[in-house]
Amino acid sequence: MTSSHLLAGLGLKPAHYDAAVDCRREGLWFEVHPENYMVEGGPRLHWLRAVRAQHPVSLHGVSLSLAGQAPLDAAHLARLAALARQIEPALVSEHLAWSAWDSQYFPDLLPFPRTGAALGHIAARIAHTQDVLGRRIAIENPSHYLRIDGHEWDEIDFLGELARRTGCGLLLDVNNVHVSANNLDFDAGAYLDRFPADAILEIHLAGHGRDPLLGDALLIDSHDAPVAPPVWALYQRLIARTGPRPTLIERDGNVPAFSALLDEHRQAADMLMAARETEPVLP
Amino acid sequence: MSNPSLREFQRDFAGALNHHADAADSQPAFAVYRNTVTKAGIDALEANFPSVVRLVGRDWFRSAAALHVAAQPPADARLLMYGASFIDFLRDFEPARQLPYLPGVARLDRCWTESHIAADAPVLGPRQLAQMPPAQLASCRLRPHPAARWAWFDDAPIFTIWSRNRQPGEVEGEIAWQPEGALLTRAEWAVTWQAAGRADCAFLDACAQGLPLAEAAGHAAAADKQADLSSMLARLMQAGALADPTHDAPTSERPTP
Repeated sequence: MTSSHLLAGLGLKPAHYDAAVDCRREGLWFEVHPENYMVEGGPRLHWLRAVRAQHPVSLHGVSLSLAGQAPLDAAHLARLAALARQIEPALVSEHLAWSAWDSQYFPDLLPFPRTGAALGHIAARIAHTQDVLGRRIAIENPSHYLRIDGHEWDEIDFLGELARRTGCGLLLDVNNVHVSANNLDFDAGAYLDRFPADAILEIHLAGHGRDPLLGDALLIDSHDAPVAPPVWALYQRLIARTGPRPTLIERDGNVPAFSALLDEHRQAADMLMAARETEPVLP
Repeated sequence: MSNPSLREFQRDFAGALNHHADAADSQPAFAVYRNTVTKAGIDALEANFPSVVRLVGRDWFRSAAALHVAAQPPADARLLMYGASFIDFLRDFEPARQLPYLPGVARLDRCWTESHIAADAPVLGPRQLAQMPPAQLASCRLRPHPAARWAWFDDAPIFTIWSRNRQPGEVEGEIAWQPEGALLTRAEWAVTWQAAGRADCAFLDACAQGLPLAEAAGHAAAADKQADLSSMLARLMQAGALADPTHDAPTSERPTP
């Protein structure tokens, strides 16, 4: 199954299972964290199958720890492969981050110095993951909060090289670019303009918050609010260049009624349609 | 692949997340990672133990949960399964001494989670039981359904306390302070529950040990001399507590570590 027919999608929340199954909006698709469905049976898988029977589904992992030094969790990867066989997802994605160390799981997407050694290490893990899954995956740019010493590669070149070496695609999270650009003081628009368009399999949009102590100086990728106007503007700038790409609206906290998410979905879908009508300028 | 700089960075970063000192820690933004990691663990416990939350209040719960997250952080990315050792934590938690029923309530919340995520399997009904040759009935080994969980509490009416706090709305009325049991099963893709007797729990324990039906019935009778074994079996089948033995039992792992 290809993802080219996907328009705008929504993160699937348990409170919206019924509404998601019933919704017939054109091009709508749903994304889930596979970790929430790595169970032996029961209602969660039942509902995911029911949604999948009506809509394309994307599996967006948060815990594979591709940038981790600890060995890849073979059992986790096997569970991911089993879920993918069952759900037949349109897309599978993970993050350029790590989350495991010394048998402990850190529920976050942690940073690391982008060195040449890290590049080889992560490329090998992506290649192994793609071998086990028997498919291409997309790698997402995470949000950044810290200045880290020792980077030998800038993030775009690093992601582009991973794509070149492994054939993986990229998931460009526009909100993460906005948050990171604010926190690390770079130009978000210039970042988007440089991002390798031909590798983008999916785009993420989400809301963010402000640090309670530092305010606007430190934005947090909180996924608990509607997509902010500057992020919409960046998104339009991006797809004017790349043309339409499957676009997901993420919402994990303060989850509103399904109808409110559909309003944001409409906004993204309209922008995608507008981008479809203009001839994209590549790359 | 040897990658010492990545290794050292992650060792130090993980240590700093676990509240050991580190250079990265000197940037105030480091707190974002520490807060996210801690909050995710606390959020998971709050989601997985809703009846405990309701009994003690959200602030008390999250303070206690933070201590547990620090002492027993998640090992598995499937946070819906996190908290297996939270019951023991509550049992030993000094500020919870005033609420001796709290670990039992937590145990039933845990039973709910285990039932919720257990494997699907056909249930044993009266028709399947009737199809078994009568001569073999006494020696057949009935298996609890993968989604069945049960518990007997000698000290307190845990099932009543738990069930009143598991769903929204207030239930009026005095609680009789007596021993109680609980049976959780899954029907129509939802976890359901009912009170269970001593005999029910003893019978299901015996089935889980792989004992033949006649022996399991003996355990039930020993647990409660008043128990009506045929109505007990009918009730357990009605609840979906037993697996259809004509289907192969799933061989996959049990959810609880």
